[in-house]
Amino acid sequence: MLELKNLFVEVENKPVLKNINLSISSGGIMVLFGPNGSGKSTLIKAVMGFEGYKVTKGEIIVNGKKVNGLSVDERAKLGAGIMFQHPPKVRGVKLAQISEYLCGDNNKIERLAKELSLEEHLERDINSGFSGGEMKRSELFQLALQGADLLLLDEPESGVDIENISIMGAVLNKYLADKRKSALIITHTGYILDYIKAKSGCLLIDGELWCSGKNPKDMFEEIKEEGYEHCRECHGKN
Amino acid sequence: MVKIDTDKILGKDDMAKAASSGMDFTEKTRSASFLQKDNDVLFSRSLQCGIEIMRIEEALEKKKNMRKYYGKAFKALNKEYPQNTNGGYFIRVKKGHTVELPIQACLFLKKQGFKQKVHNVIIVEAGAKAYIITGCAASRAAEESFHLGISEFYVQKGGYLNFTMIHSWKKDISARPMSIAFVDENASFISNYVCLKPVKEIVMYPTAVLQGEHARASFNSLILSHPKTLQDIGARVIFQKENTQAEIISRAVSLGGKVVARGDLKAVAKNVKAHLECRGLVVSERGAIHAIPELETVFRDVDLSHEAAIGKISKEEIEYLSSRGMTAEEAQSIIIRGFMDVNILALPEALKKEIKELEEKTLKGSF
Repeated sequence: MLELKNLFVEVENKPVLKNINLSISSGGIMVLFGPNGSGKSTLIKAVMGFEGYKVTKGEIIVNGKKVNGLSVDERAKLGAGIMFQHPPKVRGVKLAQISEYLCGDNNKIERLAKELSLEEHLERDINSGFSGGEMKRSELFQLALQGADLLLLDEPESGVDIENISIMGAVLNKYLADKRKSALIITHTGYILDYIKAKSGCLLIDGELWCSGKNPKDMFEEIKEEGYEHCRECHGKN
Repeated sequence: MVKIDTDKILGKDDMAKAASSGMDFTEKTRSASFLQKDNDVLFSRSLQCGIEIMRIEEALEKKKNMRKYYGKAFKALNKEYPQNTNGGYFIRVKKGHTVELPIQACLFLKKQGFKQKVHNVIIVEAGAKAYIITGCAASRAAEESFHLGISEFYVQKGGYLNFTMIHSWKKDISARPMSIAFVDENASFISNYVCLKPVKEIVMYPTAVLQGEHARASFNSLILSHPKTLQDIGARVIFQKENTQAEIISRAVSLGGKVVARGDLKAVAKNVKAHLECRGLVVSERGAIHAIPELETVFRDVDLSHEAAIGKISKEEIEYLSSRGMTAEEAQSIIIRGFMDVNILALPEALKKEIKELEEKTLKGSF
């Protein structure tokens, strides 16, 4: 589903990601840990092909197709879907318009909007006046309507209260139960791990991928207890 | 009522052009119609009681007590106006009549190089209420033609006039509308203006004079500016009495042309409340928007405000929509459509829907 081979990415001429090798198969959920500034968001944005995230070496493969050089919308059409951490307001464009663009099935739109308590947001300008939690729910809503095969989720639980995390978690869990779907999830709080069945995690520090493939809950507990410094020490030893 | 055989008098192609400025030839959704081609009035009739609609010269001849309105607004403001006009409409909505279906009027340019100069007078009498949708359009043949439209509006005590003007010109046409509205006590004048098609040059600065207490005015415009176009478009409200209110709202998108968006709120009485809002979106690097909002008062007890914002479509917005699968062009298009929001026009639902459909049709293939 997603394969990164010897990937190097620069932002504003500075190398951020170094020699990343990562593979998520269909049905797989990978949780990405790492301290602030380690390059987690850069990784997701580079996969999506956003401007300013320059791949200097290596390959990004989505759904079996090399996407280096493809535009953002072409990658979206190949199945990649991103949840923005800070989505922009788009004045004059209503959530309903995007929903209809993404999905022709009005019943599905209504059902999902209800599930994510977004019925009243459909007629509002997208992200305009949305609270942090509403934005996240709206992002998840759009991704589900898009039917993305590869979910790139950048801190899906940040700014969301406990009650709404459980709503989002339930929707996400149901979505990812489909074995054709897979996800790469960045989390700081780890809350989302209570709702989804993620089997592997990986750790990004200083733009390099360490420790790939371990159980994410164990990894999270270890990070919580020992901090990322411990990871550095451990990495140094190995 | 006999159906108008417009096919015969205007031809299919020109009918479609007139329709693009809001003309409904079936008249099913209209209460009165007026159509002038160059200098010829092709038809003019009222389908509902309480409405008088006719060529201006006919009104001046037959309706002696209406003569006093002709030129009155311009004289009152010491403004000159061209005398050499030919045609134009006279519309009168009689005292106390409410006309729910819009009255339609269309001024059509047909001949090459023709200079159409019309003088319109619209009177909404005390307690009457009406919607007018008026379109200006040009035939394919009307190359380098010119349109001058003088309009005088009188909205009398407690009256309500909602006037929507749609310009559907083409790239070699110049237009000079000159409008003044006098609004009496407790009366409302609402002007909606839509211009989405190419044009060579439009200069207009309509004025509303609120001459009675609790009078209100509102000017709303949607402007799309194509390359090699100059649209110098504004609105002015003069508050002559206390407790009057007004609002001027405009949205301009430049695809390469120049837009000057003016607005002037001038208080010559106390306790006036008004707001001016101008938003511009410059899509093409060659485009230009110049917003000139003005507020004037000699009294402290007024509440006048304005906000103007001009910018381009941000890269983040495009990328955001692209990540949902839209091409950059599709994303740009949906943002422009959203920006040109018909909801800023003060229109009843049916008419809003109609204008929206017209907008969709016009914007399709525009960029």
